[in-house]
Formats: sequence, structure tokens, C-alpha cells
Amino acid sequence: MKTAIRGVMLVAGCLFASRALAIGLDADGFGVVDQVVQWFADPTQWTGDNGLPHRIAQHLYYVAVSMAVAVSIALPVGIGLGHWGRGGLIAINLSNMGRAVPSFGLVILMFLLVGIGFLPVLVALVALAIPPMVTNSYVGMQAVDPSVRTAARALGLSGWQQLWQIELPIALPLVMAGVRTAAVQVLSTATLAAYVGLGGLGRYLIDGLAQQQLAQVVGGAIVVAVLAVLLEIGLGTLQKALTSPGLAR
Amino acid sequence: MSVIRWDWVERHAGDIAGMLGQHVALTGLALLCGLIIAFPLALAAVRWPRLYSLSLVLTGILFTVPSLALFILLIPFTGLSMATSLIGLTIYTLLILFRNIVEGLRGVPRDVSEAARALGYTRGRRLIAVELPVALPVIVAGIRIAAVTTIGLVTVTALIGQGGLGQLFISGFTLHFTTPLLVGFVLSILLAVSVDLLLAGVLWWLTPWHRGRSA
Repeated sequence: MKTAIRGVMLVAGCLFASRALAIGLDADGFGVVDQVVQWFADPTQWTGDNGLPHRIAQHLYYVAVSMAVAVSIALPVGIGLGHWGRGGLIAINLSNMGRAVPSFGLVILMFLLVGIGFLPVLVALVALAIPPMVTNSYVGMQAVDPSVRTAARALGLSGWQQLWQIELPIALPLVMAGVRTAAVQVLSTATLAAYVGLGGLGRYLIDGLAQQQLAQVVGGAIVVAVLAVLLEIGLGTLQKALTSPGLAR
Repeated sequence: MSVIRWDWVERHAGDIAGMLGQHVALTGLALLCGLIIAFPLALAAVRWPRLYSLSLVLTGILFTVPSLALFILLIPFTGLSMATSLIGLTIYTLLILFRNIVEGLRGVPRDVSEAARALGYTRGRRLIAVELPVALPVIVAGIRIAAVTTIGLVTVTALIGQGGLGQLFISGFTLHFTTPLLVGFVLSILLAVSVDLLLAGVLWWLTPWHRGRSA
């Protein structure tokens, strides 16, 4: 139901955006909408290394690799700390501290320290993705009702069984909320990383700004925006599918 | 080669102060505009719960759009101007501010509002004198998150010709010179941390009845 509402809102948003762009075009006679439509319609836009399919695939690859690394570090740490009730102060404040770090600056810093390529950007993206996931999974684990833990122990579940079968399923919505926040942020920052030479969709934005090609800039921005919203909706759907039916409201 | 060349920092102290000023101005204005929009919207959402889920979805979608893309989508209307940065930054504050104001007001215990009503408070006075103060911790928590997020996002607007301290990132990149980058990076973090602490202090000062309890 919520997904349906989101879908409708997305379409409505796109319609509104195109309408708004049309007004913008009337105001300064730019023909932005026509240019952007042409940019999308151009057959060369859909093939080759600078084509949309390749750029989208590249972008999703960066997000997938960064998230895979970040998830395999952050979730065990956050879940472990939450399970054993240790390091709460750090775990809770980590996302606040992470928020204060300007992601654009971090990307350029890694570039200056390590050089060009995916590796420095990967380090920056992973560093940005870890804090929200640690905090959320810690909070999710801590939010498990102590009486539920006691009940699980009374039923004879071992420590691992308790973690896997009771605590993790209950904490899952919050854990996934952290994953979603991190994934959207990684997708966003990967766009900025085009500034230090990374491929992906950010190329359209950064190159377009440098060459003052409005159609390419706006076209690329639309694709990035839609991709981010789709990622968020997709992860939301995944979360719903993973959530135990007993927890669903 | 040292990581930071302090002589460069000294020579550019004036420029850096100006960028810091722009950074603070953009952040402050974005928060102000965000509050001006989010507050009435939140009041309406408290009265009509259906509006709440609708506005949450809408602000949520806007919040999901990558920052650079959002700024760029505003360029056809407002060009490479400060208005573009300000509108984009304001849009990012909306979700956090709106959600926290609504949650704060909803968290006001029912008996507290009803006690105020029994004492003869009108709806408006009840809101200002009773409900808002009770909701203040949650609202200020939202303002803190929005402020820290905005301070980071301001640097991105360097790519569309604004940027505050973000301009130092651009210099660092184009000159391949770590000093300006690190100065901008550290100042941006320090600014975020000080604003966060400042707002926490303001909350402490505004809510004397919470003092002495564990937070």
C-alpha cells in the first residue's frame, strides 16, 4: 500500500518537475525541456562507454561494492555491540559524528592522499556508509524487549539461536533503515566522486557543468534522482519481504 | 613536505573567514526557511493525520534525491545563484524538521493538553505556552540533525559556484594541494560540532524543568 502511494507520488513528482521545467523554459526561453528530451532521445545516448546503460551499470556497481564492504563491517559491529550491550555511547553517537564529516571533502581528501581510481573513492564511500548502519543496528538490537530475551532463554535457545531467531528478526526493521540511509548516501556521494575522475552517472553532471551543457546536466540529474528513489523503494520492499509476519503491523 | 602549510593559511586567512561567513549564512538561512515552511505544515499534519503520511512521503522523496542532482535540477529556474543553493538546502532540511516537529507535538501527553484546556487556555495559547515547550526537546533534536546535515551539504554547492568552505575543497583539488582541503574539511567539521553543541546548550537553557535529570 505504502509502496503504491510512493509510486504514485513518484510519477506525480516527475509530472510536476516536467511541468515546472516547462515554466522555467517559458521564463528565459531556454528550451530546456526540448534539449533534455533530445538528450534522452539521442540514440548515441544509449550505447557505448558514455551511454546511459553503461553509466547506470557503473554507478550501481560502485554502490553495490561499497555497500557490500560497509555492510560486512558495520552490521556485525552494530549487532554485536547491541547484543552484548557494549559500547553504546560510541555506537549511538557514531552516526552523529559521521554526519558532521562533509562527504565531498572526504572524497577529495582520499583522492589527494591515494590518487585517482575507484579505491580511494571506495574508502570514502565505505567510511560514510558505516556510521548510520552501526548506530541503527545497535539501537535495533537494544530495542529488543528484555522479557522476550528471557522468554527465549527459558525456551532453551542457545546464545546464537537467540540472536538469529529472536533478536535479529525483531531488530531487522531498524537495521534495514540504517542500510537504506547508507545506500542512498553512497549513491549520492558516488555522484560527487565523478569530480575526482570516477565514472558512473556523476560524469554527466560534472562534465556537463564544466562544458556548460545544460541538457546533459539536467538529464543526468533526472536519472540519478530516479535511481536514488528506486533504490530507496526497492530496499523498502526488501525490508518488508524480510520482516517476520508476526512483526508486521 | 608537511601536510599543512601554515604560511598559506596565514596569507589566506581573510578569504577563509569570508567563506566561513558564507557557510554560516547559507546554513542559517536554510534552517530558517526550513522552519518557516515546516512549522505550519507540521501543525496542519498534527490536525489531519492523513496529510502527515502524504507530506512524509513527499519530503522523503525530496530527501532521497542526491544533493548535486537536486541543485542542478534547480538551475533552469534560478541559475548558478545563491538562491539555487538556498532552495536546495532548504528542501533537505524539510524532512527532518517536519518529522521532528510533528513527532514532538504528537508526543505531548494527552492529559497535559487537556489540563491546559481545562484551565481555560485557547487553542493558540495552549500550543505556544504548553505544547511547544513540552515538544521542544524533540524539535531541537531535529534542528540539530538538520543543521549538521546542512553544514555538510553546503560544501557540495561549491560545484555550482557557491559552497562556503567547499570552495577550499575545489582549490585543494585544482591545485593538488592538501592545505586548503584540510583547512576546509576541519573547519566544516568544527562548525558542525560547535553548532550542534550550541543548539544543545540552547535547549538546556530553554527547558529548565529537564535539568538535573539524566538526558
